[in-house]
Amino acid sequence: MAARASRLSRFNVASLTLGLAFLYLPILILVIYSFNASRLVTVWGGWSLRWYHEFFNDRAMIDAAWMSLRVGATSATVATVLGTLAAVALSRGQGFRGRLLFSGMLYAPLVMPEVITGLSLLLLFVALEVERGFWTVTIAHTTLTMCFVAVVVQSRLVSLDRSLEEAAMDLGCDPFRAFAMVTLPLIAPAVIAGWMLAFTLSLDDLVIASFTTGPGSATLPIRIYSEVRLGVKPEINAICTLVIGLIAVVIVIASLASKLSSDRGESAAPL
Amino acid sequence: MADDIATSEPAAEAAPPPAPDPRPDPQPPILRIENVVKSFGSFRAVDGVSLDIRAGEFFALLGPSGCGKTTLLRMLAGFESPDEGRILLSGEDIGDVLPHQRPVNMMFQNYALFPHLNVRDNIAFGLRRAGMPRAEIATRVAEMVALVRLEGLEKRKPDQLSGGQRQRVALARSLARRPQVLLLDEPMAALDKKLRESTQFELMELQRRLGMTFIIVTHDQEEAMTVATRIGVMNAGRLEQVAAPRRLYEEPASRWVAEFVGDINLFEGEVTAREPLRLRVATSTAGELVAAQPVVPITETRVSVAIRPEKIRLALRRPAGDATGINCVEGAVSDASYLGGKTVYKIKLDGGAVLHAAQANTARLDADGYGLNQRVVAWFTPDDCVVLER
Repeated sequence: MAARASRLSRFNVASLTLGLAFLYLPILILVIYSFNASRLVTVWGGWSLRWYHEFFNDRAMIDAAWMSLRVGATSATVATVLGTLAAVALSRGQGFRGRLLFSGMLYAPLVMPEVITGLSLLLLFVALEVERGFWTVTIAHTTLTMCFVAVVVQSRLVSLDRSLEEAAMDLGCDPFRAFAMVTLPLIAPAVIAGWMLAFTLSLDDLVIASFTTGPGSATLPIRIYSEVRLGVKPEINAICTLVIGLIAVVIVIASLASKLSSDRGESAAPL
Repeated sequence: MADDIATSEPAAEAAPPPAPDPRPDPQPPILRIENVVKSFGSFRAVDGVSLDIRAGEFFALLGPSGCGKTTLLRMLAGFESPDEGRILLSGEDIGDVLPHQRPVNMMFQNYALFPHLNVRDNIAFGLRRAGMPRAEIATRVAEMVALVRLEGLEKRKPDQLSGGQRQRVALARSLARRPQVLLLDEPMAALDKKLRESTQFELMELQRRLGMTFIIVTHDQEEAMTVATRIGVMNAGRLEQVAAPRRLYEEPASRWVAEFVGDINLFEGEVTAREPLRLRVATSTAGELVAAQPVVPITETRVSVAIRPEKIRLALRRPAGDATGINCVEGAVSDASYLGGKTVYKIKLDGGAVLHAAQANTARLDADGYGLNQRVVAWFTPDDCVVLER
């Protein structure tokens, strides 16, 4: 009975197909053309791995990709720590003064145009005479992604029973250990999801990165963008396919990990 | 029933015997609360409460929701700190001691079991924090599991347990550290009626066996009366009365307590005559009533005469012989609710008041029931009346 009720109607199938096609057809075409043997992007010349080979021999492109991965991982990690702490402060300290102002300030970057964020950071770095490069991009991406992490983690914290932490304190945990032993394991899926979100946001950011980066430290999007301005090469398709593959793998691993951790949490308990 | 007035037993004596009076204790109380005040913004949740709780006592804080009983309990646990006043545990001021450093434990209303830990790890949680050796933890956990009869469920997660089992895990977890005082916040609110009743008796049994001090917060007066040796009734942040269950019911200290605990008939009136043991009160809705002078004599003239429904006897005629010392009021039955063990009649008195009278259904074939609109005489003795200030 349940199976019949949950079976999709023809309308559902049609709308699902259309929606998925709308989302993924361009990507699918990109992936297919990355295996194109032809030099021209729009002309099919048979299957080939030529452009992947080309990419791995393109020193500048590899450097940019490596730079993007480092920036993404570092900024996502810092943003996850800061964003989680902010979310905890916002959801737990119900009484503190200026809470509304603080939460407003935390969420403002969500709707702030990236150009403004990038420009203001550029002005700051110039004023402080900081040499622009890896660290400035990382800091910029941390400020961009931290609020996303905070939103994701806070939504989980809100649904978490406050008395769990109180019970931990009642049973002998100081506030920090109560957080580490009870709250953190319970919000871990949200924290992981926040990290992933921050990582992917950083990976595909072009605007803020181009404002805050310096010579010799271009991220992958910057590199791709400058290449494309000179004409689209099939190599770009190959790079994009690799990025898509990487993100897909990360998402699958993360969702499997969070499913596993919720299925058997016994081992999570330190004996 | 109508004519055997002389042989009918007063209902009060059919009630269970009162809890044994706690012996006067020369030792200082284990917990002393002194003029504690706690405000949230402009709202005074706890407004000057002073209370002594003796070691080994099962104490209940009873009151409607929002009366401050939970706030008081949370101050004992350390989750709130008093704005004014002191809380002394074994003579030591614990007002500023953080929750994890207090030798008290709390059982939460929703149990607050850690969902990521199984039953054994939930119970062992507090013991591990206390740095107990592993072997001892295993022994203690096994002991606790046996105490609350959860054998075989040690590996289960909270979401694989029934409501009653979760409740027992929460109890075991809060008892595992052997706290000086165990605080229970509405521990049975989430259980259904049958389970709640059996759990109440288990809890009493457990408390007696362990000899531990229990403080329970509840809004359910039956629960408070069942489990507690003493009850503190709270209203609007203040303690209205602290007494053993029987005294609370039979000698309410205020009109508020009288109305909150159990059902009661109240007649407002003015004192017309003061005799050494009797007060005569002229009421507007039930005529003149005679009531026993309270232990602490009342000086007010404007008073209320209170009488519990089960202390009222119904008859078709006035009692024979000299009935001058008895209160008799007449009226017509306006409603009868058969509740199994008793029937509650609503009687519209000639004076205008509606009287609730409960009659125990002592015989299966009850030919003595009264029909709707039947004229009856309701009578009660002055000693069963309580005179309260308005």
